[in-house]
Amino acid sequence: MSENRKLIKIATAGSVDDGKSTLIGRLLYDTKSLTTDKIEAIERSSKQRGYDYLDFSLATDGLVAEREQGITIDVAHIYFNTAKTNFIVADTPGHVEYTRNMVTGASTSQVAIILIDARKGVIEQTYRHFFIANLLRISHVVVAINKMDLVNYDEEVYLKIKADFDELVAKSDFSEDQITFIPVSALKGENIARQSEEMPWYVGNTLLDHLEVLEPADLEPSSVARFPVQYVIRPKTEAWHDFRGFSGMLYGGNLKVGDEVTLLPSLNTSKIKSIHYFDQEIQEAAPGSSIAITLETEVDLSRGDMLVKSGELPSSEKQISATICQVNNKALTVGKKYILQHGVNRVLAKVDQIESRIHTDFTGAEDAHSLKLNDIGRVHFRLSKPIHFDSYKSNKSNGSFILIDEAEYDTVSVGFIE
Amino acid sequence: MSNLLIPNPKEAESIHIIREVAAQFERPVLLFSGGKDSITLVRLAQKAFYPAKIPFPLLHVDTGHNFPETIEFRDKLVEELGLELIVRNVQDSIDQGKVREERGRYSSRNSLQTTTLLDAIEEFKFDACIGGARRDEEKARAKERVFSVRDDFGQWDEKNQRPELFDMLNGKIHVGQNVRCFPISNWTELDVWEYIKTENIEIPSIYFAHEREVFFRDGMIWTANEHVYREAHEEVELRMVRFRTVGDMTCTAAVLSEAVSLDDVVGEIRESTISERGARIDDKRSEAAMETRKKVGYF
Repeated sequence: MSENRKLIKIATAGSVDDGKSTLIGRLLYDTKSLTTDKIEAIERSSKQRGYDYLDFSLATDGLVAEREQGITIDVAHIYFNTAKTNFIVADTPGHVEYTRNMVTGASTSQVAIILIDARKGVIEQTYRHFFIANLLRISHVVVAINKMDLVNYDEEVYLKIKADFDELVAKSDFSEDQITFIPVSALKGENIARQSEEMPWYVGNTLLDHLEVLEPADLEPSSVARFPVQYVIRPKTEAWHDFRGFSGMLYGGNLKVGDEVTLLPSLNTSKIKSIHYFDQEIQEAAPGSSIAITLETEVDLSRGDMLVKSGELPSSEKQISATICQVNNKALTVGKKYILQHGVNRVLAKVDQIESRIHTDFTGAEDAHSLKLNDIGRVHFRLSKPIHFDSYKSNKSNGSFILIDEAEYDTVSVGFIE
Repeated sequence: MSNLLIPNPKEAESIHIIREVAAQFERPVLLFSGGKDSITLVRLAQKAFYPAKIPFPLLHVDTGHNFPETIEFRDKLVEELGLELIVRNVQDSIDQGKVREERGRYSSRNSLQTTTLLDAIEEFKFDACIGGARRDEEKARAKERVFSVRDDFGQWDEKNQRPELFDMLNGKIHVGQNVRCFPISNWTELDVWEYIKTENIEIPSIYFAHEREVFFRDGMIWTANEHVYREAHEEVELRMVRFRTVGDMTCTAAVLSEAVSLDDVVGEIRESTISERGARIDDKRSEAAMETRKKVGYF
């Protein structure tokens, strides 16, 4: 893949009928990412259904069940690119299971596009979508006020919605510069890739231009280096007889040859001898690199352990508190045991206490005895062994975990450590 | 020694996934078709474990209708990298009476591969099959997980998939289940081609323009040979073509092309207005073709 093209990951959220699929279809169409055979398929289907316009939502609605019911039932991934940027869109449905789906889609995204129907304005669903963007600490939110064509491209409508949304922003952890408002008509293509002549009062970027000026580096707040060991590479060949490479993905900050490191859980210390990326030896690696590290001294280090710079130790605890989002039909209850997967490390976890269920519309919390699918709550856990974590706020990858059902092995919850 | 490594995010993610497969499963296998996606997987697996060898074998489910160039290439790659290759043949499944050969105009062995694959999984007790599927290929693939859990019958239940949060992969399964793992889920066709070019990865010659005996049907270009059903009126012509996707001869259409180098091919893909799957005859059968195949265990 081209090394000079940056990668931007986006989650989209909207209520039913906000025109989300149409927006994505429009982005694909306007960036010439739809191929003629796909456009033909869309034309054919649109005609069959008796539409007098191209139904771009058909570009993204994937499964047979969805096409029959006209809804999207899961997170779909969509790809398009411009000359400068590769985009990955996690398209999450807006119906009742949106919490699970949007949390899932947002967990891998840097940017969220929240759609608002200009006719309806800020509604309860908007609160919930923004709440999740806030919970997951999405770096940048684009509020796309859609269907402007149905309100005569009226600036007053836009300003009213913006003012309502700003009240939400005030309740969140977002600062104003993390939020951008764009009035659009996805159906007509206004302010998507083309500056709208219908809305001369809007002087900002089109949606596509705006997405293009975002810089991945600005969207990934820097933190300290965390290197969870994924797999130990031992070639046991003549040429590499004594090689022991600790492989994994580096998060949060750089590591370089010569760095003094501390190993967890042993608390042993060593020094980085070499860093390998395939057949190259490199001096220093940036976050997001999949590398292998060798150490100056023989140490006990295996999968699930963690290597950090000495002096930058994470918290190591057997009791943790986290915000949990339940992503499975089985409820989370007090006393229940789970396999807790923190990065690539697994320990056993027991629910000690459910402190509260959090209202996803910024109106506080209530007492709760269980968390059901799509519930978000504060939970205290006791663990079989300490995990080495940061708060989600300071390091996303080292501050999050999933819970796996002990019997069925399903992924039932995601947690954000406080 | 180079200085600072700035990762290619898609490559780094794929390496991460491949290492998770090796760490989480007892008996993984890489499904190798000889096509560009599985060749890319092999390079990524090399990178994941270097300087050690790739710690799992390759499995080729051979329809018997592969392009000879692909088979030649496969054997050379395996030899060069010192990999273990397992081949299982669709012909054997036919001979055992487990599947019936299709006949007539659109006949293909492509969907028959499923039975042979499931038998191989059982024979070798594979618990993870690494495949080169990408989410941009097809609508039903867009919802596929990186770790996709299948039951004993290899079936995919789209309503019961494990959510995948951040980059944490849950490969815990029960006896009899297995997982299909897709490390290049997030790559596009153009990503793959640009990667092959940047990495200078060798690929089978049929990806480049060459003269071939073909015939035209339904606006597509079919290879003319004994494996592909052809009616008397369908005339054979000699044309400059290449393949964008390489599967079974009976389900892979060629495109007219003058692209003889990787630069040319990447240029063509960038300009292309027909999707890659548009050159797959198996998907043209119905709009939901892929989804239906996946439900019964197709990879």
